[in-house]
Amino acid sequence: MEPFRSYEHLLRLAALFAIGAVMFIGLRWLLVPSDYGRFGPYRAAALAANGARPIVYAGQLACVECHGDVAEIRKTNAHARIGCESCHGPLASHAADPAQAPRRPDPRATCAVCHIPDVAKPPGFKTVNFDEHAEPGSCTTCHPAHAPNL
Amino acid sequence: MPVPDRRAFLLQTGKLLVLTASAAAAWDYVAAGQPENAPGYDATAHWWAMIIDVEQCIGCGRCVQACKAENGVSTEPYYFRTWVERYEIDPSDPDHPRVESPNGGYDGFPENTRAGVKTFFVPKLCNHCADSPCVQVCPVGATFQTPDGVVLVDKEYCLGCRYCIQACPYGCRFIDPETHTADKCTLCYHRITKGLQTACVEVCPTGARYLGDLKNPADPIHEFLRTHMVQVLKPQMATHPKTFYNALDGVVR
Repeated sequence: MEPFRSYEHLLRLAALFAIGAVMFIGLRWLLVPSDYGRFGPYRAAALAANGARPIVYAGQLACVECHGDVAEIRKTNAHARIGCESCHGPLASHAADPAQAPRRPDPRATCAVCHIPDVAKPPGFKTVNFDEHAEPGSCTTCHPAHAPNL
Repeated sequence: MPVPDRRAFLLQTGKLLVLTASAAAAWDYVAAGQPENAPGYDATAHWWAMIIDVEQCIGCGRCVQACKAENGVSTEPYYFRTWVERYEIDPSDPDHPRVESPNGGYDGFPENTRAGVKTFFVPKLCNHCADSPCVQVCPVGATFQTPDGVVLVDKEYCLGCRYCIQACPYGCRFIDPETHTADKCTLCYHRITKGLQTACVEVCPTGARYLGDLKNPADPIHEFLRTHMVQVLKPQMATHPKTFYNALDGVVR
């Protein structure tokens, strides 16, 4: 008895499988990005895409590079640990091009951001009633922002 | 060709298996290189975490402003990568705190002088969960955790299906009104990969926020975690957040 007397149908089936396999591998190669799976089940390039934004806040170290004198004044007082850009606003553009002078922060509004009274603030945090305490815009006359004396 | 005996066959197969496994491990090691954007930054060498010290937060909203400016988030009052909540707990009804967040705290909070209540600020942001539900539900792999522990969105692949927004137990995601893709805190990935602080940490005037690297043994975060009673939000969700809260009241969710 011949075991493989008729095998054409098997060949056809094999060919079909082969075509399917080639199509699958081809499509996968076309559709899956080359960096997929480098770190995990996602495109590795997405890390770079997320990290590609321009920087808006220059950061404390960049400020101190040029303004070391102010850093020296601020060293020991109550405002010592506040980042420059907390009051002065985002200044990466100024750090990149010092000619772009930043705007001086408005004393009343900038001080009030932190120092308006609120019972939710931690105990011991200095607050003041701005309307009763002094003329608007005059905070820094008595309390220099870089060296606030109380 | 002589037929190999059983012993030789097993030895050969064993060798082959071991070699394949070690080759695969070596390839993994080679493949886990560096993201192209930040030369010198090895993502596998960091594991970022955030500390929020509730006792220090004064609700000034500087972090909310800085986050929006740094990341180009819409200034409309519905889109926040970070926001600040003010809790007010009346002792007569401690289970139902009043939670306010006018414009996410962007402009600070209206003055509150009410006496006899327990009240405090809680800054919120993406918790960068180690076992993040948003990553698990994304049907296209557009949300993922980086090797340095930051949960990011691949905006090119995101379909905007909103599964992740539903999955996040902390409400930290939204649909970007411009790109119509999911958006969230990236832990300022463009800053931390270049050695800078996140924008919110940079501007926080009281040090209520701290960005730490858990993989760096010299980072002060270890000292802080050792000496403070920290909590995470919704620990019962088993998301293992990497945003740790110091002095958090149990009523905060």
